[in-house]
Amino acid sequence: MGRFFVTCRRIVWVVCAVVLTACSDRPAFHAQEITGAEFGRDFALPDTEGKVRRLADFRGEVVALYFGFIQCPDVCPTALARAVEVKRLLGAQGERFRVVFVTVDPERDTPEVVRAYLNAFDPAFVGLIPPDAATLEATAKAFRVFYRKVPTGASYTMDHTATTFVYDPKGKLRLAVPHAMGAKEFAEDVARLLAEAP
Amino acid sequence: MTRFVVRRNLLAWLVVGAVAGVTATAHAQAPVTITDPWVRATVPGQKATGAFLQITAHEAVTLVGGKTPVAPVVEIHEMKMVGDRMQMRALPNGLAIGAGQTVALEPGGYHVMLIDLPKAVEVGQKVPLTLTFTTANGERLDVDIEAEVRPLGRMGRPMSHGGLGHGSQR
Repeated sequence: MGRFFVTCRRIVWVVCAVVLTACSDRPAFHAQEITGAEFGRDFALPDTEGKVRRLADFRGEVVALYFGFIQCPDVCPTALARAVEVKRLLGAQGERFRVVFVTVDPERDTPEVVRAYLNAFDPAFVGLIPPDAATLEATAKAFRVFYRKVPTGASYTMDHTATTFVYDPKGKLRLAVPHAMGAKEFAEDVARLLAEAP
Repeated sequence: MTRFVVRRNLLAWLVVGAVAGVTATAHAQAPVTITDPWVRATVPGQKATGAFLQITAHEAVTLVGGKTPVAPVVEIHEMKMVGDRMQMRALPNGLAIGAGQTVALEPGGYHVMLIDLPKAVEVGQKVPLTLTFTTANGERLDVDIEAEVRPLGRMGRPMSHGGLGHGSQR
């Protein structure tokens, strides 16, 4: 009789353990989680209409922040095209996915060019242009983003960090999305952030 | 009677000769084959863009440069991800392609950079582009192609639609 109860108790413990593990076992994000990061808390930069935008403007949306430049024939169009695809995969939820593009080449990337360029992807994409070299430097430092002007043949190009920084709808920096990650994985991560309790 | 036969034979020989000539020309292969050339569209004020294509070399060649009426400067570039950083560089010695090799100039790797565009290139436009190669014995080889301009806002590689079920892409 005693042994029977002991076995029952053991079974109950095992079942409890399994249930608890299953409940707390969430799949990890595809992107690198950087929750609690001390950097990249906010930005304050003029958009293509000259209005200063801050992270708080986008509360309630998942913000994907990307540093690039317009004369970039490969990486930047690819990253922006991926963001277009992410928005498409999200369906109706795509309205809460906000892409913010910051140029690291304000010398060449005027508001008109940035606006026209982003419109080719999605008119809802926000373009931010540091008004001077000092602001660019401060912003890049705040985000630990590397950028460097490099002469190439007749002109110059920009080396730059190609990571996309993703904020949750509460404005907290959560993910670092590498350039190589695909749209499907990116969309799944965004969907997860959008589904979190407000 | 005889004259007619001779004329007919002459005609036959001419036909054979012509066919042989055409066939011979067809068999003398160009040193390179270019496949699917395209240029990414630009917006007004955007001064640079990339041309992408596949090169199959039937003999060893090096792509060293090019010319196009849509831009004064053409360079051969490589994009490299170094950690999380993008680095793009002109290739100082061009892009060497071995005999029998196919190299893709595509987003994420090599491209032909068109620089200082005086005006935008638009979707639907056909861009004439002359690619300059050097061959193994130091000769210069110019190959003329026409690249179609594709939308700026689209992924470079044709991809299947329908979201779920395709893997990551660049």
